[in-house]
Amino acid sequence: MFADLPLLSITIWLPIVGGLLVLMVGSERNNGFEAKVIALLVSLVTFVASIPLFTQFDSSSWQMQFTELAPWITTVEVNYHLGVDGFSMPLILLTTFMTIIVVIAGWEVITFKVAQYMASFLIMEGLMIGVFSSLDAMLFYVFWEAMLIPMFLIIGIWGGDNRVYATIKFFLYTFIGSLFMLVALIYLYLEIGSFAILEMHTAGLTLSAQVLIFFAFLFAFAVKVPMWPVHTWLPDAHVQAPTGGSVILAAIMLKLGAYGFVRFSLPIAPDASQALDELMILLSLIAIGYIGFVALVQQDMKKLIAYSSISHMGFVTLGFFIPFTIYQSTGSWQGAAMGMEGAMVQMIAHGFVSGAMFLAVGVMYDRIHSREISAYGGVVHQMPKFAGFVVLFAMANAGLPGTAGFVGEFMVIVSAFKANFWIALIAALTLILGAAYTLWMVKRVIFGPVVSDKVATMQDINGRELLFMSLLALAVLLLGLWPAPLLEVMHASVAHLLQHIAISKL
Amino acid sequence: MFSDMENLTLAIVLAPLLGSALAGLMSDTLGRKGAHRVTITGVAVSLFLSLYLFNHLVFAGGATINQSVYTWLVSDGIRFEVGFLVDRLTVLMMVVVTFVSLMVHIYTIGYMADDAHNWPQESLAGRNSYQRFFSYISLFTFSMLMLVMANNFLQLFFGWEAVGLVSYLLIGFWSVRESAIYANLKAFLVNRVGDFGFLLGIAAVLMYFNSLDYVTVFENAHLHKDVMVEVIPGSAWSLMTLICILLFIGAMGKSAQFPLHIWLPDSMEGPTPISALIHAATMVTAGIFMVARVSPLYELSETALSFIMVIGAITALFMGFLGLVQNDIKRVVAYSTLSQLGYMTVALGASAYAAGIFHLMTHAFFKALLFLAAGSVIIAMHHDQDMRNMGGLRKYLPITWITSLIGSLALIGAPGFAGFFSKDLIIEAVGQSQLPGSGFAYAAVLAGVFITALYSFRMYFLVFHGKERMDEHTRHHLHETPWVVTLPLILLAIPSVVIGYLMVDELAFGSFFAGSIEVAKSHDVLAVLGANFYGAFAMILHGLLTAPFWLAAAGVATAYVLYMRATWIPAMLAERFSWLHQLLLNKYHMDSLAAGIFGSGSRWLGMGLWRFGDTMVIDGWMVNGSARSVGWVASVLRHIQSGYLFHYAFTMILGLLGLFLYFIV
Repeated sequence: MFADLPLLSITIWLPIVGGLLVLMVGSERNNGFEAKVIALLVSLVTFVASIPLFTQFDSSSWQMQFTELAPWITTVEVNYHLGVDGFSMPLILLTTFMTIIVVIAGWEVITFKVAQYMASFLIMEGLMIGVFSSLDAMLFYVFWEAMLIPMFLIIGIWGGDNRVYATIKFFLYTFIGSLFMLVALIYLYLEIGSFAILEMHTAGLTLSAQVLIFFAFLFAFAVKVPMWPVHTWLPDAHVQAPTGGSVILAAIMLKLGAYGFVRFSLPIAPDASQALDELMILLSLIAIGYIGFVALVQQDMKKLIAYSSISHMGFVTLGFFIPFTIYQSTGSWQGAAMGMEGAMVQMIAHGFVSGAMFLAVGVMYDRIHSREISAYGGVVHQMPKFAGFVVLFAMANAGLPGTAGFVGEFMVIVSAFKANFWIALIAALTLILGAAYTLWMVKRVIFGPVVSDKVATMQDINGRELLFMSLLALAVLLLGLWPAPLLEVMHASVAHLLQHIAISKL
Repeated sequence: MFSDMENLTLAIVLAPLLGSALAGLMSDTLGRKGAHRVTITGVAVSLFLSLYLFNHLVFAGGATINQSVYTWLVSDGIRFEVGFLVDRLTVLMMVVVTFVSLMVHIYTIGYMADDAHNWPQESLAGRNSYQRFFSYISLFTFSMLMLVMANNFLQLFFGWEAVGLVSYLLIGFWSVRESAIYANLKAFLVNRVGDFGFLLGIAAVLMYFNSLDYVTVFENAHLHKDVMVEVIPGSAWSLMTLICILLFIGAMGKSAQFPLHIWLPDSMEGPTPISALIHAATMVTAGIFMVARVSPLYELSETALSFIMVIGAITALFMGFLGLVQNDIKRVVAYSTLSQLGYMTVALGASAYAAGIFHLMTHAFFKALLFLAAGSVIIAMHHDQDMRNMGGLRKYLPITWITSLIGSLALIGAPGFAGFFSKDLIIEAVGQSQLPGSGFAYAAVLAGVFITALYSFRMYFLVFHGKERMDEHTRHHLHETPWVVTLPLILLAIPSVVIGYLMVDELAFGSFFAGSIEVAKSHDVLAVLGANFYGAFAMILHGLLTAPFWLAAAGVATAYVLYMRATWIPAMLAERFSWLHQLLLNKYHMDSLAAGIFGSGSRWLGMGLWRFGDTMVIDGWMVNGSARSVGWVASVLRHIQSGYLFHYAFTMILGLLGLFLYFIV
């Protein structure tokens, strides 16, 4: 019954229109109550509208599904072309789910320009879904850049004391990166006369052209992921962003960069990807190892989680770029799909887990207005329910089997083992490092005696906080205990991408 | 959907999980009584169903159950399943785990009765700590069952980490104590070092077998026995050795083998019931169980077996020494556990898996007994654990006294007691082993017998005999602990006496483990011993003539002399050999070295990478540096934008001239 509806357009435009509506009718009366109610309804309806994308999805096909095509700028062949496959569809569901969480999380916390706050998140939701479902490169680019604006505003308006430095750093970094992508897209357009992404996949390109294109995309995507060494904007942005901003940033925006690798870099420039995969693996391992150690010594909880995000995203890029090495060392592509699917699972899992971790910090920050680890200690004695959730999410962050955090890491590590023992060994260091930085923080913040009168005033989580914590806890456990349904939808797309990159374009 | 037997196995696993969930999530509704009732019921159901299965598999000749419960995920054509393999090895473990767990559950009612004293008055976490404790130990039981009942490596790892999680939660149970939350972090991280190896081992299995299912992997093991891999370019390693050693690194963490043993003594920060359940009887034996379960692979690598034997021997002997100088009653038992785990490991190395599992079982009973008895003493002593303040307690705690004596006799291997059979078998098996390192291992386990007897009876004499050294107030309040505490002691004392006698024939020499444990013909030391085995009673008589018996007797006699008669000698020895005494007190400096190198070292490295790499180079030079250069270039360029029309006109003319020249020339 839903198949006839333009579901993707609905999930894109419903939140954007809803956001504009919130802006118009929202007022500061009643602490922006109308704005919040409308925002919640819109996010719920959008989530419901996105569910058929999963339930009606044909897992046996790698073809784009739920496609929509309409001419947009006919003079340059730019079309309003949407569609999803096994790579993008799960990310859209993650987006619609996390937006609900963010709306609930901001309910009582935001008291300043509530309507604008809620509207920003709704509009951003639509734009992000637009990025995930665009099949036209220009449309993709428009969504990609437009998305920066609400995030820029969220950090710039509701952020911390040093928000201006953080927003400018965030904006310049990502914007400059994207410009390279724009150049590459225009080059591809001139080559093939179309902005259709799927046509770009099949475009024949010389190795040197592929290498240039690969690097142009790399600048754009590596900044977003972020990969070492273009990662330093992320800790600053997270520290300054309000809780909701951090959640969306970590849970969704980082995934856009990684998504770019599978939608653009790998299929358009497979030979360059193959030639440069060692660089990508090296950068991924640096993210996992180097950043793991850096996370260990952070004194600000948000910075710690931000560094932990970078480290975890290292598994995503590792999983995406491991196939070539597997082929080289074993002479078969067997095992490559597991790495890629592991990377995809890691993206979804990291969305839940890092979102939950940032929300947990937010819950504490709302009470005593500090993010410093040293300001806390003994929180469990004041907030036992909260502490239970934190330990669960921390364990997921440390990759405990049975939680979402384990699945992707496990798949990427066993896949990397096929490529090379030492790659797997360095990647597996995360078992120790991840546990060390996460649980050491938990020890200092949650456990121990109550350290100060401030901590002694902390109240345990209320019903609203219990609600979003429980939703995330369920998601984390469900994905950890039964990841099969998520894997099911991506098999065909992953297999197709692997087939595609196995064939040289030269 | 499942057969009756399969539903039964599912119920065994889920009953404790349900109990745990109820006690944990509904702690306020259920209250204290409700929480312990529901969890004890869950574990009791598990125990009875496990006994039923034991009967079904062992006596009624039932077939091994190998069932898939659900598919965890499918990727790359490989199915990862959650499922159960219940054969005789498994069912034995299930009975041991659920029995000890039930005893510990009952005991906990008494031990945690006044737990409120351990929490600050205003702590909300202290309000329902009683219920939470029961929830955790039931969750542990569930996790441990998942571990032993797994039919594949992945679920094994799931259980493996889940018991680690519960261990973490329980060591740090009294989260207000700095020492407790230090110990639980240390335990988790040291275990993670082991798991790091374990996971790589699993990855290796998956790579070469394309499956993690036990049956598939074991059936195909021989196909890979000659495969060589190049881990370091230029040097070929046997694949089996690589897999086995990687997996064993996991066992070294979980089963606290040298040098990853350092977490176990600190784990005594947790409440005593979990020291008995987790850190003596069950979880720490997971590594032993794993090696026995994976015996078809270990049998293909003599290098790995030698490695295991040497590591086990080092642990058995050197951890025993440390038990000699401890004054904390729980720490003595903890070092004893380390040493006994070493014995089990040595047995594995000698391919005497059955002896290792046999010792695992007897040890579970008598060591849980010793821990719970120590706990009973601690309750009576109002939570004073220092043996220097005890003495003469046998008068006040008769049941604890007798059961402790039984436990100690079982531990030192007094002929007839449970530990005698299992330990003697291990020693004899190692004596028969031809693998490199077996000579050292044999000497170590023999010497260990003397040490074991010495520290065990040192503790026994210091606690139950001699002068009453406690203060007047404590002495006045000394009395036997309530029945919920003593009943488990008695119920554990019974198997500590008889289980060895009853099962030695079947377990060690019979076909009990046929199909579960595989031993290569050339390694089968137990078969050699079996040729000279004429029944349990003959073994006792024979035992009286062998070295281990006399070494144990000498140990007891030495303890008697040192701690009952010439009590000035230990102090004199400590002074005369103070370097040695200090070395033992400092645990061979391994803890401080690990904390220094890995703890401070990684913090130092992290700080360096952050301050130098991120802040100075990337942000300072590259990011803000480019921002500054942009600023500098702009400040130069600004001078060009003078705003005077004639400057612009002049520049345009120059430009046009330039273009003109370029195209013409």
